[in-house]
Order: sequence, then structure tokens, then C-alpha cells
Amino acid sequence: MGRYVARRMLQIIPVFFGTTFLIFAMVFALPGDPIRALAGDKPQPPAVTIALRDRYNLDDPLLVQYGKYIWNLFQFDLGTSFRGREVSDIMSETWPVTVKLALTAFVIEIVIGLLAGVLAGLRRGSFLDNLVLISTTLVVSVPVFVLGFTAQILLGVQWRIFPVAGLSDGWPRSYILPAVVLASISLAYLARLTRTSLTENLRSDYVRTAVAKGLPRWRVVGVHTLRNSLIPVVTLLGVDLGSLMGGAIITEGIFNIPGVGRQVFNSVRTQEGFVVVGISTVLVLVYLFANLIVDLLYGVLDPRIRYE
Amino acid sequence: MAIDISDRPLPADREDSSRLLLEVDNLHVEFRTRDAVVKAVNGLTYSLSSGETLAILGESGSGKSVSAQAVMGILDSPPGFVTNGTIRYRGENMLTMPEDQRRKIRGRRIAMIFQDALSSLNPVFTVGDQIGEMFRVHLGMSKKDSRVKAAELLDRVRIPSAKDRVKDYPHQFSGGMRQRVMIAMALSLDPEIVIADEPTTALDVTVQAQIMKLLSDLQQEMSMGLILITHDLGVVADVADRIEVMYAGRVVEEADVGDIYARPAHPYTEALLKSIPRVDMKGQALSTIPGTPPNLARIPAGCAFHPRCHRAQAICATDEPEFAQVALGRRSRCHFWPEVLDDQR
Amino acid sequence: MSDRDIGDPDSATPGATSTATAQVGGFGGRQASLTADAWRELRRNPLFIFASAVIVLMLAIAIFPGLFSGVDATNKREFPCLLSNTVGTPTADHWFGFDLQGCDYYSRVIYGARPSITIGVVVVGLSVLIALLLGTLSGFYGGFLDTLLSRVTDVFFGIPFILGAIVFLSAIQGVEVLGLITLERGVTTVIIALTIFGWTTLTRLMRSSVLSARDMDYVQAARALGASNRRLMIRHILPNAITPVVVYGTVSVGLIIAAEAALSFLGVGLQTPAISWGLMISESQNRIQSAPHLLLFPGLFLSVTVLAFLMLGDAVRDAFDPKLR
Repeated sequence: MGRYVARRMLQIIPVFFGTTFLIFAMVFALPGDPIRALAGDKPQPPAVTIALRDRYNLDDPLLVQYGKYIWNLFQFDLGTSFRGREVSDIMSETWPVTVKLALTAFVIEIVIGLLAGVLAGLRRGSFLDNLVLISTTLVVSVPVFVLGFTAQILLGVQWRIFPVAGLSDGWPRSYILPAVVLASISLAYLARLTRTSLTENLRSDYVRTAVAKGLPRWRVVGVHTLRNSLIPVVTLLGVDLGSLMGGAIITEGIFNIPGVGRQVFNSVRTQEGFVVVGISTVLVLVYLFANLIVDLLYGVLDPRIRYE
Repeated sequence: MAIDISDRPLPADREDSSRLLLEVDNLHVEFRTRDAVVKAVNGLTYSLSSGETLAILGESGSGKSVSAQAVMGILDSPPGFVTNGTIRYRGENMLTMPEDQRRKIRGRRIAMIFQDALSSLNPVFTVGDQIGEMFRVHLGMSKKDSRVKAAELLDRVRIPSAKDRVKDYPHQFSGGMRQRVMIAMALSLDPEIVIADEPTTALDVTVQAQIMKLLSDLQQEMSMGLILITHDLGVVADVADRIEVMYAGRVVEEADVGDIYARPAHPYTEALLKSIPRVDMKGQALSTIPGTPPNLARIPAGCAFHPRCHRAQAICATDEPEFAQVALGRRSRCHFWPEVLDDQR
Repeated sequence: MSDRDIGDPDSATPGATSTATAQVGGFGGRQASLTADAWRELRRNPLFIFASAVIVLMLAIAIFPGLFSGVDATNKREFPCLLSNTVGTPTADHWFGFDLQGCDYYSRVIYGARPSITIGVVVVGLSVLIALLLGTLSGFYGGFLDTLLSRVTDVFFGIPFILGAIVFLSAIQGVEVLGLITLERGVTTVIIALTIFGWTTLTRLMRSSVLSARDMDYVQAARALGASNRRLMIRHILPNAITPVVVYGTVSVGLIIAAEAALSFLGVGLQTPAISWGLMISESQNRIQSAPHLLLFPGLFLSVTVLAFLMLGDAVRDAFDPKLR
């Protein structure tokens, strides 16, 4: 197991550099002059331009720029935005918001998704099963922004159950609606996966053996079947946490939540390269580690998996 | 209200071999699928006494496994349904028992051994856990005690280093060892009846012999009734006392082992025995039974075997043969059983 | 192969050898290849029929918008937009009402189908090609090639899809490729962006599929009979490994169409004067309470299209799954 972890960590390193470089390249190598964008329509004195460009290493070859960035990164210096703010300050303001949102969504997704999936899987063909099937299909096919948008209008503006936007009501009121919207697609997939997994396992031979052993029904389902059914579900959940943070971009945009998603979107538009790269780097790290943990978890849950 | 016999103490003298444990009478099981109704078991009747080994012999699709599942009460329902007949355990009809009563008998008094141990054991729990579960659920034993019992059982089925292997998972055993685990699990609560559904089909020949010997020894030690379901004539010869030959969901011949091998009284049994390759047949073509087992949704009228039978005559296509008494303890479902018997001289 | 059932009493000839197919519980002697079976299953599946009908309809709308709408919404000069009609509700002549400029909404929704569906189909088509190539090579040869390709896949996989597309599209405007073409934000750039970040899942899927197929006995048998690597890959492994890719590819078309709409909604995808369902939804944001039809119609078309592809993918997967028989 230890060797496996070491090997995986070794794999993560080139991927980390590759991904961050890719982002860095997209942000800084492609055209669009951030310095000029800063000035807007006003003409910028050349001296200022040169000084600014030098300060941010914008005239260095791409690899050198990247190198310098990484070097600073390992000293926990994420750089400064072109407008002068410390990127780390920006991050410390916005990340907690997104983390709260993502975790809320995660909990909602697990509770509702698992419950729906288990109930549907146990009572295949019933009204409940069909209800779950249809509703998850609808949720998955209606795009997130339409869903969020509609939810905002209906529940926020028209019926006034939840705040329309912003964080003024704090946690949880302000977070519930956006969290539900954020969780919606993952929830639907989770419910379906649980349902399918449960049904498949209920048909397996070892369940037949459990019944033949005279075990009570609750034990056959709750102990034997569930344990096996949850293996693929847990792996899905692990990957999901990472993608929830990524999916926050749209949700935060609609509900005007001052988190990482909205920040990165604005920064892309205003060509704040360092902010974009900074946020993306953290996202990538979260994602890579989530994947690693999921892989390890899989081995813990399923004793047939061996790590060499 | 039916009497709950699952808690009745077992009689002190279990060696009384004349005691009837199981009586299956005119059992009918059908499967209702979208396209048709498949009649898997059509009037199965047999009985089992303690200490006796009964072999149920038949090809795939003869209904032997389904009948065992019906006895255990683990039939997939839907689509499977018991449409007729009774299954009496110690005199009580299990089919009319309330489910929780039946469940207490299951595993504890009547146990089953399945064919494929790898898929029949839960891959995520240790072997000790799964065997110990029997003690914990049925007898309320503690986890620690149940694990000790599990180790004892593994030892009893002759698995080396039992105490260590208790912590292993099913996939860490070889095929033969896994089957022993299944046997240990089935035998854990000292059941009166054990049904072994093709216990050795998935194993190598040498391992087969070991497992059959193990089963046979254990049965004698514990004087339980053993129902052996198989399609392998070789396996049956050493171990069984009596044989029920099944075809298309019903018994076509019933006899003691010795009698059947010496002089079969049904064309099907006759053909089965003839199809076993023997050394002295070297150079000759192998004998086979022409045709294929019937589609159980459309069982032939009259005698189900007649399309493949070399003795078939007009009456076989129209009249279903009675289950005739051939001799004491022997019956055959064939219009021409005397001819079959005579041909063996 | 005779369809005659072995159990037919009229046909019984003692001792005759039957040529009927041996099926316990089966019926007759139909051809039993996997694709033939799957096709038969599909034909009977109402979801498949419904989904296919919707998709065919949408494709027709995309390819021949003129058939469905008398007015060409892309032709600025001919398209009658009267400001006085601004945000009008549906009428008998104008089924979907009017948009902000007073243009006929129905035509716009119809003409909005083409870019969305084109992007969906092309992106998935390209991704599948890439996946077939890279996934098969990676899975089949293993070793260094596999490690390299896997790491590359990981790198692209590590960037959240939407984020990558946003960054790419924002940066790409006005780029000159090889000094020849200047990339504006249009269908082509969106296609490139979505393909760049979308090929990874299909490739991984293909790779794992090929990995399982590679060790199967039938491959070993073919190899023992002297089949070259190329032949093994193309004739033996590919047809069997391709099923999950086909299933997920079908679903992906729907997902990509939704992604394009999301990007246009955010303002980084297609831009006016291009017509896209996502753009129309975006424009409906400010008027949502007074004119819900602005959201409703493009949203409906979008959702139904995505739904159809998802259902199609589900139906195809169920049809090819031997365990579900």
C-alpha cells in the first residue's frame, strides 16, 4: 500500500506541473494585453507600461515566466493582481465561501441522492422508483443554468422562500438554494448509480446465499447488499467533491455569491492572469488529491483490490 | 395458527434412520415470464430420511435446482411461483408456514451448499465473519465466540491453519478450499438436512473426490439427511443411497443406487448410463442421447422424453405414463419399463 | 437452421436428430449476434423510439431550418424585426412571440438549433476519433506509450471543464493561426475549445475498455493464429471495446450541447449576431418576470434535445448489456 501511495504521488507531480503550465500558457501566452486592459480607454504612458510589464515578468519567455511563478508558489507567494491586490488575499476571501457552498451541496447530494437511490433500488418498478427515475432524468437534461435561473425566479422572486442572490442572510439561508442547484446534477447521477448498483447486487449469488442462511431481510439488504453497492457510489462521491468546486462557477454567477467561481470568471474577463492561475492551481490540487483519496478508499472498501 | 416447530428441541436420538425428515409431494413450480410460462417442476415427489443421501440427477433444465430452491424457500418470486404441492419438514407443510417461522428453519435446520463458491460468498466480508454470522443471527452469540466457532468449523472441513484463515477473504482461497468454506457455513448450526446443489461441478476432478468424501464423512458424523443435486453420474455412485432421476421437471425413475446402475428401468436412465465412456469401448463411437432437453414452456404431450426415446411408440405421444411400482422402493415413469428392465439381463 | 421446436409432438420421429437450436426456455432459432440482439431490443424500446424521433426532428431542424420557419432568422435584411413588437407574447402568427428587438422568436429558436447541434455532433465526433486512436494505442501497447498518454490525459483531465473552456475562449479572440486565419469567437472556436477539454473522458473509457478486451481469450487465440497487432486491434478488440464509448458518446452529444449553451450564457461562447439557445436564454435574464416565454422556448428546446440524447444513450447501453436479458 505504501509503495502504491508513493507511486501515485510521483505521478501527481508531473501532472500538477503539466496542468498548471497549461493554464499558465493559456492565460499568458495567448494574446490579450492585460496591462493595456488595465488602462482601459485611456492612453498609457510607455514608461508605465514598461515598468508594469517588467514587474510582472510579462516580457520574459513563457517558460521563464512559468518558472518564476512556480518558484514563488513554493514560497507561498501567489503574486499580485494587476490592480495591486495580493492574490492570496483575494483567495482567502473567496475560498471559504466556495468551500461552504460546496460542502453544503455535498451533504445535500449525499442525503437526498443516497436515500432516493436506495429506496428506488429496493422497490424497483414501484411508483417511487419511476418518480426517482423521471425526476433524475429531467434534472440531468435541463442545463444547470436554466435550472438555477428558474429556481431563482420561482423560489426567490415569485414565492420569496429563499433570498434571490448574495450572502446577506448568511449560512444557511443564503446558501441553501445555490447549494441545491449546484448539487442537482450530481445528486441525480448519484441516485441513479445507487439505484442501479443496488438492483444489480440484489440479484447476485451471495445475496441468494444470505437468504438461504436464514438471515432476516433487513440484514440481507442493509448489511450484505448495501456494503457492496456502495463501492462505486463512494468512488463517485470522491471525484464529485472536486467537480462541485468547478461547477460553482455558474451557480455563483447566477446567485451572485462572492466565491472562487465568480472571482475566477471576473478575473478572466478583466484579464487578471495571476488571479486566474492562482485559483486554478488550487482547484487542480484539490482535484488531484480527491482522485488519489478515492483510489485509496476503493482499496479499503473492496478487499479484492490489491496494490502493487 | 401453525405450530412453530423451529424452536422444538431435536430428538435426543438422531441416529434413528427411519425418521422421515422431508416429504415433497406433487410439487409444481412455474416461472411466469413476459413471453411464456415455463413449467420448471411438474409434480415432483420424493422423501428424505435422516442419515440418508438422496441424489437428484438430471441434465440442465430438468428442474432439479429450482426444486431445491423451492424447498429452501429462496425461489425468485416473481417470476417463480409454487403452484401446487406440499413440502413437509417433520410433518409441517413449509409452504403454508408464516415467513418468519420458515426463516428460522432456513439455514438452521435445512441448509444449502451452492455450486459456485466464489460468487456465492460475499466478497467484502471475511470468511470468519460470514460463518460466524450464522451463530450471531440464529443463536445470538457474541462476535468473539462466533469467530472461535468459525475457526473450529474451518478445521472440521479440513482447511489447514484454520485459525489464521478465518481472517481471510473468499477470493484468497482456492476453488476447493472455498467450497469447503461453503460447506462449513452450511453445516455450522448442525442442520438436519443439507442440500448440495452441484457442489463439485466447478472443481477439478481430484478436488471433486476430496469434497465428496468430506461431505460423506461429515454426513455420517452428524447423521443428517443429504440431498445431492448433480448431473454427474460418477459423483453419485459412491455417495448416494437412493437416486431420483429427473427429466422435464418430474421424476422419471426412483431407485436405490445399486439397482439403478445395475439395471435401469427407464429409457432415459438407460441412455444416460450408456453414454458414460468406458475403457472397454475403445474404438467404438460414443453413445449419445439424440436431441436436446425440451423447452420447458412447451413440454411435449404424453411422455416428455418420447421425442428422444428409441423405444417410443404411439402411446408415448399421447398418454403420460404413470409412476409405476417396479419393485419395492423402485418406481419408473415409463409405459414400457418391463422391457427396459429385461433388456439389461 | 430449422425453426422447428424440438417439443413439437407432430414432428417427433423416434431417433431422429433435430437441427433446431438448443435453447432451454428460448424460442425458435433466430440469429443471435450481439448487435442483432441489441437492435431487436432497441426497436421494441419505447424510449429509444421517442428519443430517436426527437433527435431526427432536431437534426432536420438543424439541417433544413427553412422547412420549419418561413423566415430566415440569420438574414438580417430579410428578417423583419419591428421594435414596436418588443417582447411580445405568442400570437397565432408568431407562435413563440417576439424577443427584445421585436424579432420573431420562433424563427430564432429554429435557427438556433443548427449551431448548437452542429457543435454537439462535431465535438463528440472529433473526441471519439481521438479516443479511438489514443485509447486503443494506449491500452493495447501499454508500457511507455501508455504512461505518456495517460499522463497527458491526466493533465487535460485535471482542468475543470468549464474553467478551461472559459479561459481558452476568453484568450482566443483575435489569435492568428499560422498567419492565415484569425479566430473569432464563433462556432469553430467553440468546437476547438470543447474538444480540447472534452476528449479526455472518452479516451479514458476507451483505454480501460481496450485493456479488458486485450486479455480476453479470443484475442489470445487470434494472436496465436498469427494475427498482426494491427489486425488484432482493428478486427478483434475495437468492435468489442467500442460499446461503452458509443454509449457515452451519445450521452456526450447532449452534454456538449448543454455546455455550449452554458458558455454562451456566460458570454464566452457564441456571440451576437450568432443565434444560440444559450444566448437567447442569457438575453432573457433581465426580462424573466414580464416575458417568461423568452426563457421558456429556447430552454424547452435545449432540455428536450439533451434529454433525447441521454435517453438514447441509456437505451443503447441497455440494449448492449447482456446481463439485462
